[in-house]
Amino acid sequence: MAKISFTEFDSPHAAPAAEICLAHDNKPDHLLEILHDLQAKIGHVPQDTLPVIAKALNLSRAEVHGVVTFYHDYHQHPTGKHVIKICRAEACQSAGGFAVITALEKATGAKLGETSADGRFTLEAVYCLGLCPMGPAALIDGKPVAAIKPKKVDALVKELA
Amino acid sequence: MQKIYIPRDMLAKALGADEVAAAITQEAKARNVSVQIIRNSSRGLAWLEPFVEVDSPKGRIGYGGVKVADVKALFDANFLAGGEHKLGTGLVEEIPFLKKQERLTFARAGITDPVSLQDYLSHGGFAGLKKALTMNGADIVKEVTESGLRGRGGAGFPTGIKWKTVHDAKAAQKYVCCNADEGDSGTFADRMVMEGDPFMLIEGMTIAGLAAGATKGYIYCRSEYPLAIDTLKEAIDIATAANWLGDNIQHTDKSFSLEVRRGAGAYICGEETAMLDSLEGKRGMVRAKPPIPALEGLFGQPTIINNVLSFCAVPFILAKGAKAYADYGMGRSRGTMPFQLGGNLNQGGIVEKAFGVTLRELVEDFGGGPYMGKPLRAVQVGGPLGAYLSADELDIKMDYETMAAAGAMLGHGGIVVFDASVDMSQQARFAMEFCAIESCGKCTPCRIGSTRGVEVIDRIVAGENRDANAIVLEDLCVTMTDGSLCAMGGLTPMPVMSAFKKFPEDFGFPRQKNLAAE
Repeated sequence: MAKISFTEFDSPHAAPAAEICLAHDNKPDHLLEILHDLQAKIGHVPQDTLPVIAKALNLSRAEVHGVVTFYHDYHQHPTGKHVIKICRAEACQSAGGFAVITALEKATGAKLGETSADGRFTLEAVYCLGLCPMGPAALIDGKPVAAIKPKKVDALVKELA
Repeated sequence: MQKIYIPRDMLAKALGADEVAAAITQEAKARNVSVQIIRNSSRGLAWLEPFVEVDSPKGRIGYGGVKVADVKALFDANFLAGGEHKLGTGLVEEIPFLKKQERLTFARAGITDPVSLQDYLSHGGFAGLKKALTMNGADIVKEVTESGLRGRGGAGFPTGIKWKTVHDAKAAQKYVCCNADEGDSGTFADRMVMEGDPFMLIEGMTIAGLAAGATKGYIYCRSEYPLAIDTLKEAIDIATAANWLGDNIQHTDKSFSLEVRRGAGAYICGEETAMLDSLEGKRGMVRAKPPIPALEGLFGQPTIINNVLSFCAVPFILAKGAKAYADYGMGRSRGTMPFQLGGNLNQGGIVEKAFGVTLRELVEDFGGGPYMGKPLRAVQVGGPLGAYLSADELDIKMDYETMAAAGAMLGHGGIVVFDASVDMSQQARFAMEFCAIESCGKCTPCRIGSTRGVEVIDRIVAGENRDANAIVLEDLCVTMTDGSLCAMGGLTPMPVMSAFKKFPEDFGFPRQKNLAAE
């Protein structure tokens, strides 16, 4: 594979982005995987990596931008220190999910879909984690938690501090 | 050495299985007892997780809902020898929830270590593939066709016909894609299979590859199932090393390789053509059909796309014969369906039964009704695009045709129970809101209709021109049903209108006696 030069990109993220693309052989069908890997490394998908990825995969910037903004998983801005993904789907609703979301918003100081002012928590909605018999369920920094009770939320959040 | 089984399933972990396993290891060490902890798959008795099992001469004995704080007492009660304890369930196979089932797909659930090839082989694994390796593609297709297997993803399309189309297509490269992104709320059988019996999916997809003459397969798995993704990758590596995948499988001239791809949190990618675009690294936009994916699918090539459970039914069909599978079920719905009980139920989990079981048997006999004692008011069957059924419709038989005739759908077999505290106008609103959030945006009825739907429902609930807005809502739903490109917009009216028609009192209309909930 011909070596691609990325020297024109003046960004600290350019090198890691180019490396991840290369690890995927610069294949355009690997774009989702590349973005996942990039987010795992940097914490989000910075705007200035888009032209780097576009060049590596021989796509337009618009195409890469389109993908980043289409999928809910990709963060375009840095998240809080802890990311809480709480299920908002029907099975968790039937088990009192909305009360848990309200309690989480109160305990973290973050509204659903936002990051708390102190930068500690990002609260996100997710639609089904497949833990439906024992809702409400969440992924807290990637760790699954089920059967969450509103009154247990404070303790859950304190553990993360 | 005493074996202790503790599931590695995501739900078990979410309820503390890892911590319990660590506590048992530590306690055993402190007591100088030699134990071997096996992280098995889950039985699918969700309310008993973390479900700890030990061997006994009569079979496995279980302890349900074990917490770290219970571990000392379990040792004191000599649970390693099946001692009595308040968490004890007795012989696991005798638990009524389990005993009354007809498990084909979930036959190994809870019994084997998911990533032990030896376990898989000693429990009938790869028998179907061994058979398929001796057959030609057309004969495999014929066997699957005769079994009557229909796609378990929701639409119920005959699997054999789909496979035949790909088999008959001429192309240099064909593909097999597993749609493991059917993220319907209330469904978790896919997740449990991928985490608990990944070799079965690998086997089913490989058989599909042999049937169609495809040498490359992809599993597109939703990112909400991180443990499933890890388990699949591990299992694919093990299967490849043991020559059950790769070139010249088991020294034949057949080859098939598999790759796992992560989704990125878009529900629409569970729609097969959106999934194809996503697999190609693009936005998950729905494609117009025709061309059908069986002829022009991934990278424009003929592609078999099936759901996890459809592929997983195939090894049994090949190993035991089409007839053995078709003997289960009723009418044109042959075989078994892993129903998934979720939501507000005492006993949620996997219930694999032949088609034709009634909804009442599932939610009352198996599920034990809603917890907290309030009566059942509504049941949503088939995911977020499935209809709401009222409490007086529970005697309906669960098969594709009966459900369709009742204006509902079986979908993926997810069953979500709501008790009397539910406000059905909010459930209808949520269905529209969810469609607005997850619509790919390609067609107008879905993209715009869903947002207008939320607004109209809000006006009806607020009492604003209620009668006129009710007509608008119905009209909108007809437009979405008839005019949407795919099932996302096309089926969103199903939960909306079923909630509206069966529970009008929640929308501020007089209650209809014949459709009353209680």
